[in-house]
Amino acid sequence: MEAKTEPIATRHAYGDALVALGEAHEDVVALDADLAVSTQSMKFGKKFPERFFNCGAAEAGMMSMACGLAATGKVPYASSFAIFATGRSYDQIRLGIAHNELKVRIGASHGGVSLGEDGASHQMIEDIALMRAMPKMQVVVPADYNQAYRTVIESYERVEGPLYMRFGRPATPVVYEEIPATLGSGVDVLREGSDISIFACGHMVHRALEAAGVLASEDGVEAEVLNVAIVKPLAAEAVVESLAKTGVGVTAEEHRVVGGLADAVREAAAEQHPVPVFALGMGDEFGVSGTGEACMEHFGLTAAGIVDRAREALLLKPIVSHPPIHGGRQ
Amino acid sequence: MHLTPVPDPEPPALAGKEPSIAGLERYATILRINCVRMLAVAKSGHLDSSLSAADIVAALYHRELRHDPADPGWPERDRFVLCKGHAAPIQYAALAEHGYFPRQDLMGLRKVGSHLQGHPDMNRTPGVEVSTGSLGQGLSTCVGICLALRLDGLDGTAQVFGVLSDGDCQEGETWEGAAAAAHYEVPNLTAIVDYNHLQTDGTTEEVMDTGDVRAKFEAFGWDSVEIDGHDMGAIVEALRRSRTLRKPAAIVCQTKKGRGVSLMEDRFGFHGKPPSQEQATEALEELEARLAEQEEALQAGAASGEGGDGGS
Repeated sequence: MEAKTEPIATRHAYGDALVALGEAHEDVVALDADLAVSTQSMKFGKKFPERFFNCGAAEAGMMSMACGLAATGKVPYASSFAIFATGRSYDQIRLGIAHNELKVRIGASHGGVSLGEDGASHQMIEDIALMRAMPKMQVVVPADYNQAYRTVIESYERVEGPLYMRFGRPATPVVYEEIPATLGSGVDVLREGSDISIFACGHMVHRALEAAGVLASEDGVEAEVLNVAIVKPLAAEAVVESLAKTGVGVTAEEHRVVGGLADAVREAAAEQHPVPVFALGMGDEFGVSGTGEACMEHFGLTAAGIVDRAREALLLKPIVSHPPIHGGRQ
Repeated sequence: MHLTPVPDPEPPALAGKEPSIAGLERYATILRINCVRMLAVAKSGHLDSSLSAADIVAALYHRELRHDPADPGWPERDRFVLCKGHAAPIQYAALAEHGYFPRQDLMGLRKVGSHLQGHPDMNRTPGVEVSTGSLGQGLSTCVGICLALRLDGLDGTAQVFGVLSDGDCQEGETWEGAAAAAHYEVPNLTAIVDYNHLQTDGTTEEVMDTGDVRAKFEAFGWDSVEIDGHDMGAIVEALRRSRTLRKPAAIVCQTKKGRGVSLMEDRFGFHGKPPSQEQATEALEELEARLAEQEEALQAGAASGEGGDGGS
């Protein structure tokens, strides 16, 4: 697969990579719940109709069917919108897939508020929290098409247990010029800096890079930008190493500030290097209808929003001063 | 009161043969006895829900299921899924009877350190195909197993048997699974409903009437029959027939909760409640007396050359 250069939705990487996996591995099967055109799993369905099971609008049944398929030796990829792929079928994922530690991959598209016009009923903003809290489940939120493609390809062998992958609806700029060779630890330093650490995932990563540019030009602040694609298990060493260097952090996610990237980073910081970490994300509120971009702006999920949070966090930096506990340098 | 399972006294005349109807009835009594013992020791669990399924489980494990305790992962084996996972003791009793693990393990039920969890756990207990315990999930899981077997070219060989409760039939997901089984025309699925009409809060008719479950499966495009779930001959016939059908088959078994133990049979108030020591003693006396009668009849039948069917 050629790396993409123009903006494209991460869900397209799910469909493209699924086809590649189907060609490479006979045990790969795919399921969807009447959203196969949107999630892009239909690409797999057209190529491998005998290995594709559309379950209709029945997400709970789909997850249990994935459990049965995995218990009988297949590697199921089950997809739907993030809202239905988690909330609608939580119990089925929990007992049938996670508790059994089965090799099921959940491809959740349309995560966050950027799906736009369908509004609050469809805008899933707590899926990362649900999946992160679930024992044995791993959570990946790729930043762009190229990383998403690698995420799906690597998912086949990355872990024997269950895996949750979150993709988005709108076309989003590429962050990686090539399809990365691996997700590695799941934390990539995309821009080095010594004044503040910006941790972002998914659609917020390119916005974090833009914010770092603003901070450099307007404030003379050198921000380190880290793409945290693997939210669970978090590569805490990489997070702490950056915080030890900068002494203050900001997280940015298209998700509630509870239970997602913010809490993952803060948990690591609180125990290993307690410095201020401010969160940007969805507060105690549901989404609204609008274009995807308008929704992101409405909730401040923008480069400007990250800059604001960074400036607030930087105010605390001289007040709260801790020596680094692990690694890093002063 | 015996608190440890006794060795199975196999009548010599029956060794090596497919159990007769009377022989299966005797096995059902043995499974019931071990359920009472397990629950008396565990002081926790669902005894009456296990007893209502005892005849179904005995018919499956001692006659209809093609399985190999020495090779639990045999790809061509039939699959047994206890959708009503709270009846785990009856499956554990059957698995122990077949040597999937030592009978002595039964006494560890629901205790920390034991592999016998409160609900079946595929990663802990040999012979458990898939973990269950959340009602409604089992039938869809069975459909997934059937689809995988189809891809492996085994759907004409390996039958998938799921045992559901009336509570399962109240869960919406069960009907998602029923629709999927019909839509994908899985030929090797048998859903057995242990319809005992009692649930935690009362009778199913009071709590949430499931109506004509047989007709519901039929409306979903299944072959669907209703039988007396304590008539061993009818159970065996329905199970065997379901294997010959090239479509999903439902067997709605009218059963009595607590069947075989008079003090709780068809009586409300025992769901999820273990028997007291006195109740367990009374239950074991009743069941052991029945077992003695059944064995006597089997021996007499064998002696008179009736192939052991004389006790039914």
